[in-house]
Amino acid sequence: MHIRHATAAVIPALLLSAAASAHNTWLQPSKTVLSVGQWVTVDGGASTQPFVKDHAPLRLDELVVTAPDGTQVAPENLSTGRLRSSFDLQLKQEGTYRIAVATQGMMATWEDGKQRRRWPPRGEVFTAAGFARAVPKDAANLRVSQMQRRLETYVTAGQPSDTALQPSGQGLELTPVTPFNDLYADEPAVFQLLLDGKPAAGLRVEIIADGVRYRDAVDAIELNTDADGRFTVEWPGPGLYWMNAALRDAHARAPATQRSASYTGVFEVLAP
Amino acid sequence: MRQRTVGTLLLLLLWAGPAAAQQLEISVQIPQLDVAEYHRPYVAAWIEDGDRRVVANLLLWYQQDRPGAPPNAERGSKWLPDLRQWWRRSGRGLSLPVDGVSSATRPVGEHAARFDPGRGVVPALAPGDYQLRVEAAREEGGRELVEIGFAWPPAAIRTLTAAGTRELGMVRLTLEP
Repeated sequence: MHIRHATAAVIPALLLSAAASAHNTWLQPSKTVLSVGQWVTVDGGASTQPFVKDHAPLRLDELVVTAPDGTQVAPENLSTGRLRSSFDLQLKQEGTYRIAVATQGMMATWEDGKQRRRWPPRGEVFTAAGFARAVPKDAANLRVSQMQRRLETYVTAGQPSDTALQPSGQGLELTPVTPFNDLYADEPAVFQLLLDGKPAAGLRVEIIADGVRYRDAVDAIELNTDADGRFTVEWPGPGLYWMNAALRDAHARAPATQRSASYTGVFEVLAP
Repeated sequence: MRQRTVGTLLLLLLWAGPAAAQQLEISVQIPQLDVAEYHRPYVAAWIEDGDRRVVANLLLWYQQDRPGAPPNAERGSKWLPDLRQWWRRSGRGLSLPVDGVSSATRPVGEHAARFDPGRGVVPALAPGDYQLRVEAAREEGGRELVEIGFAWPPAAIRTLTAAGTRELGMVRLTLEP
């Protein structure tokens, strides 16, 4: 129960059950390498195994699509189903699009006698005024935590570009060394993780290939970032890959004293 | 030979006569396939240098976009990324159609084309090692890439061959000094 509460910080931004630590969020683009003018459709959900639609849809409230020229474009046909959400996007510009669901939140937990309390309640937003009103000054075992979660995928029409991929400098972010939509099964890919815009050294990265349901083991690839935040992925074969890195630290915005940050990315690797 | 104008290049492409100075000819065989639903393959042929940079696009056979088609009509160029190596190395950066390279899909059989480096679609080739790459992708079918390495300039007339196993038949490259 303790862990459940700690991770429950994501609740304002994601569907309730997506917040439980056992459930991973994912975006699943229909294709990632296309020509200008084509449509892609993207599913999103939360489930134990990436891309397996058996748990909850992804909430699209915070969905932001950044076009190759850096402007935001609106996806079409947004819908939220029982097991997955989806939307369509026409790639009118040449270059790389970023499809991102970035969520921020803050939550306080404390003990009131034997009862565990939390604020804000599920679905409500943290505000300084609300915090002052709702949380007793002398609350026992008060913990205020900030969370920064980022879920992204990328699609490219024509030649890849990186204008849409400029880091915001907040939380965990991935930047390409190998372009995100230029990935091939016989070529190692190099990426760099940033924390607050600076290289995130010594961070564990987990990568899971699509199709977990059709094999006996998850077979996650586990890597560590080097001193420059970089890591090299040897793709075992073509397909969709889910990538995740997360950390906890004390670089939190007041009144929070701890922060959890995560980055999740979905990549398509082509056959050579 | 050097006085030839670009206008006569077209003639040259169709001409399979005696050897001229430093030419290359490629021949691509589209195999007969016993399948229920057959569509002609998209085919691209190009030359890469030792650093895998594309130095010339030779051929691109696909269903070209029709100028008067309604906006919602599916366009043939939509499927060009299925020629995935060509798309990566060259196609995604091109503005289509490419003069002298793009043309309609071809039927089953052998199709030859002749190139004169330094004229038309093939620039003058610096001495070195190159790869001819021929890629085919077919609707309701598969995709195949055939490669032939060669040194330029050739010392003598040589014909190099490589065969595909399904989507492409024999690919021949003839080098003429």
